[in-house]
Amino acid sequence: MNDAKSFSSHARALHWFAVLTAIATFLLLGAGGLVTSHEAGMSVPDWPNSYGYNMFLFPPSKWIGGIFYEHTHRLWASAVGFMTTILAVWLWAKDSRKWMKWLGTTAFLLVVAQGVLGGLRVTLKMDNLGIFHGIIAQIFFVITCAIALFTSGLWAKISLGPKINIPRPLRTLVLATTVLIFVQLILGATMRHQHAGLSINTFPSAYGKVWPDTSPEAIQRYNAERMEITNINPITAFQVVLQMVHRIAAVAILVCVVLCAVLAGRNLGAHDSLAKFAFFWLGLIVAQIVLGAATILTNKAADIATAHVLVGALSLVTGALWCIIAFGRSANVPVASRTAGETFGAFGTLAGNK
Amino acid sequence: MKLLSFAFLIGVLTAASISHAADIIGTVTLTGTPPAEIPIQPLMDDPTCGPLHTETPTTHFYVVGKNGEFADVVVSLKDASGNAITGKSTGASASAVLLDQKGCLYTPQILAIQTGQKVTVRNSDPCIHNVHTTSKGGNPEHNDVQISGGPDLTYTFDKPEMFMKFQCDVHPWMFAWVSIFDSPYYAVSGADGKFVIKNVPPGSYTVVASHRKLGEQTETVQVADKDVTVNFSFSVK
Repeated sequence: MNDAKSFSSHARALHWFAVLTAIATFLLLGAGGLVTSHEAGMSVPDWPNSYGYNMFLFPPSKWIGGIFYEHTHRLWASAVGFMTTILAVWLWAKDSRKWMKWLGTTAFLLVVAQGVLGGLRVTLKMDNLGIFHGIIAQIFFVITCAIALFTSGLWAKISLGPKINIPRPLRTLVLATTVLIFVQLILGATMRHQHAGLSINTFPSAYGKVWPDTSPEAIQRYNAERMEITNINPITAFQVVLQMVHRIAAVAILVCVVLCAVLAGRNLGAHDSLAKFAFFWLGLIVAQIVLGAATILTNKAADIATAHVLVGALSLVTGALWCIIAFGRSANVPVASRTAGETFGAFGTLAGNK
Repeated sequence: MKLLSFAFLIGVLTAASISHAADIIGTVTLTGTPPAEIPIQPLMDDPTCGPLHTETPTTHFYVVGKNGEFADVVVSLKDASGNAITGKSTGASASAVLLDQKGCLYTPQILAIQTGQKVTVRNSDPCIHNVHTTSKGGNPEHNDVQISGGPDLTYTFDKPEMFMKFQCDVHPWMFAWVSIFDSPYYAVSGADGKFVIKNVPPGSYTVVASHRKLGEQTETVQVADKDVTVNFSFSVK
């Protein structure tokens, strides 16, 4: 009984640490978003040092202008890296599920890769690396949230609880929508790391049309008319088309998530947690579209654009967690492979004690 | 003796060439009303940069005089076929050009140099800047720290390029655009809209006027031993 209590409190501690890591990662996404929104990615020219100082000893009095955003991003990233390392070691030491150990290791390797990628983006002066840096950040956030879920009592409850039938079309639609959101985030990261500001600065029309003119004369006219304050690049036809694809994908995602919510409500009942989760997802997507429009209408105000990045990340995570939870609750998952002792190790006790 | 004779001959030919060179002069004007310049409010909000100004500075994309005199237009020569003139740079022996960071703004914002010519970047501000060059034309990208009161930084560029950007990422409203030519045949229009391209050898040329926002205009000219006048008129709706 003492062992059980010990396991239970230990499992709870690990879970809350995983939650903390996921929250820290979310905030890190915001810090990274602010760096790009403020065009401050190259404001600290060296790495891993900062202006010749050891990163952790760089005097706060020198954190001026863009340096503030870039340097705090580096410090926060170091903290997340440290937390992820602890989390990975903790999982190896205390979680009996082999796949969880490797999930923790994957998170660790990703956070290391992410740090190196961010550093190389600065030292190699390669804008395109910023796109991958932004995309891996989203994947890493999904993994930290998944770890938080898998270490929770909720997951033990879901896995050991009665199985329900979640129709395959619904599960497939949610998965496909989540993939679409991920593609949309790639488009968004590509747009942001062109460092060209808004390639279309009107909404809902695009330069007064449903589909904007992308002829060389039109592109020159757009560039001539926009009066940018920050040091952004002139826009190109590719960037104009990219934003149009981003807009179309946003509408497609909205339609898909509405369908998901309707199907979930109809098949699982409006009071089912997955149906509620789908409604929450729909709320996020609506908020995301409002933020996307606001990003344009405020001429890409840094805080609005960063909020757009963050809600995008939450939308991806919500879809991914919905899929995972649905997988756990689905009747199609063999129950034999999910016994408490075999699959959940320490957390089996937690489930047993509930 | 033969060497002396050869040197004398070269000298005479060079002198003859110079005596036949002429200037291309002209005025650039802008018709229409350009978009209003934007106050650089982030500069004023910055605790270090703001106090350096009594009035909020604005962007300087369209520097236009009362009568439409259009400044900051880069005027350069191409050959009669419209190809860039290459291999004529005297940049290595030309004086360095100064690009100053003053009041958290680059001065001047539009600059033209030759390949191999030195650009001296100075920090006259009481704060740190990073000097970040971003090339689209194959020149190296630099990103260097320049502390307040620190030594000048010197750069040279080997490849011709239009409007290569110098920027500061610490203060992201700071930028300058440097055009690089492989010959000395270029000028930047002044506040009166006037430009002079000096000592152009006789021949047929395409004169190109480039504005960072409004693109290019071209005129063909024939240069003999007298100055040639070419005017350009840009327009905005």
